[in-house]
Amino acid sequence: MKRIVLAAAAASISTFAYAQTAPNDVTFGDYGEIEVSLSGEAGDAARGLEVMVSRGKGNCIACHEVTALQDYPFHGEVGPMLDGAGDRWTEADLRGIVANAKNVFPESVMPAFYRTDGFTRPGDAYTGRAAEGELDPLLTAQEIEDVVAYLMTLTD
Amino acid sequence: MKTKLLATASICAALTVPFGTVMADEDANLIIDGEIEITVRAPAPDHLENLDEIFSGWVYRATETQALQADDFENPGMIFVDSGHDLWNTVEGEAGESCASCHGDAEEMAGVAATYPKWNDATEEVRTISMQINACRTEQMGAEEWNLDKSELLNMTALLASVSRGMPVNVAIDGPAQATWEMGRDLYYTRTGQLDLSCANCHEDNYGNNIRADHLSQGQINGFPTYRLKNARLNGVHSRFRGCVRDTRAETYSVGSPEFVALELYVMSRGNGLSIEGPSVRN
Ligand code: HEC
Ligand code: HEC
Ligand code: HEC
Repeated sequence: MKRIVLAAAAASISTFAYAQTAPNDVTFGDYGEIEVSLSGEAGDAARGLEVMVSRGKGNCIACHEVTALQDYPFHGEVGPMLDGAGDRWTEADLRGIVANAKNVFPESVMPAFYRTDGFTRPGDAYTGRAAEGELDPLLTAQEIEDVVAYLMTLTD
Repeated sequence: MKTKLLATASICAALTVPFGTVMADEDANLIIDGEIEITVRAPAPDHLENLDEIFSGWVYRATETQALQADDFENPGMIFVDSGHDLWNTVEGEAGESCASCHGDAEEMAGVAATYPKWNDATEEVRTISMQINACRTEQMGAEEWNLDKSELLNMTALLASVSRGMPVNVAIDGPAQATWEMGRDLYYTRTGQLDLSCANCHEDNYGNNIRADHLSQGQINGFPTYRLKNARLNGVHSRFRGCVRDTRAETYSVGSPEFVALELYVMSRGNGLSIEGPSVRN
């Protein structure tokens, strides 16, 4: 696996990630799982919760119901309920699902949150105009880790 | 529902009321002013392989929104029909004509909106009703074109829809229109944008499901132009398409583009059998 070493960042901020995997360099396992942290750091479940519910970030509840997130309106029904996801899946599975669900569920309608190429007519966010330059993934490596950490708390 | 997991999702949906959403009365029927019966459910046309039944978007709206459309005094879109009537009778352009001077009463146009988009032999193209109106303005009246999906043209399409209310959508998809129709079908099933979603992903695979606070319909266009409570004005078909494409984080096509004309023909044909109900009320 090729890694971008953010040496300068690591040197100046000791808590910051020292090794992050870029979207095109991710290694998926046979079942779409990703074994290592994308940011090189552990995830933070509390921040993951924010990513799950906010429209501009993961907006996961647009498609999924989560009982533990009942206080946050509105939950959709396009995907399955996520209660118990932390029991059903390993951390590596969940990382793979969030990064690119199509590797796990072919033809899925779930967007790939850590992918930057292979799209038809990619736009500049939600402006309706063409994207200029390289796309950013929908979530950063650390945000993916935070979401995975949150999903791991969803146990029955 | 295509996949097992999606089927599971819809079973969950049947068992639990999703948190914080307004429910629609999906079994309701629509009769406007106690007179005009609107077919809001119909058997899917033969060309639609993945659906058995088609539904008007009205079916999925909240009960209060549904009620607005059942009464012309309550329907905020009807005011624009009145403006459309005024335009119908207005003489404009070098030829000194109005729509009425050639076509008679607007009611003479009953049924026409149900057949558009339609192939035009003379120009060898598929025309939306908006394109046809503009062709009459430039070629018959010597007047300026109206802007697509803007006030005058929307008011006129609202008038032409209103006189066809209750009549079944019946656009031709074969013969010379077939190539355009096929282009529209391809667009319908092509995933776009960084969210990588096609029209079908939302409006064919997931109608009846909530996506965040929105109750997904089949994305039919038998109710256009629509009065949306969200922006309190009439909305044209292509503007609606634009919004949906934009929401996949894609570069959209423009209003009036050949792509959207083709998509309009295809989407309209998915509603063959539903009634024209414009101007409809949506959220
Ligand atoms: C556009 C709708 C959509 C969005 C947005 C979405 N998902 Fe999904 N997700 C799905 C669907 C549909 C499935 C079912 C898999 C399939 O496609 O067959 C799924 C499956 C999953 C699964 C596995 C299901 C299980 O067994 O529990 C997890 C975990 C998951 N999603 C997490 C997320 C997270 C986290 C986010 C936000 C970062 C998210 N999803 C955003 C539609 C969505
Ligand atoms: C000078 C006469 C004339 C005027 C004025 C005129 N039209 Fe037309 N219109 C025609 C003719 C002729 C046709 C059929 C030939 C064609 O396809 O262009 C037609 C066709 C149409 C059609 C399609 C009918 C169908 O069955 O497919 C519509 C809709 C229409 N006109 C609307 C309008 C509107 C709205 C106006 C006013 C803005 C208008 N017309 C003004 C002559 C006129
Ligand atoms: C991410 C999901 C999504 C995708 C993809 C999507 N739409 Fe929509 N669309 C919606 C939502 C949500 C609404 C509002 C509620 C409803 O009527 O479904 C809507 C509404 C519509 C309506 C208005 C229906 C009415 O009754 O007035 C039309 C027409 C429509 N969409 C067409 C399309 C077309 C054509 C495409 C593909 C170019 C498309 N949509 C792609 C989510 C989507």
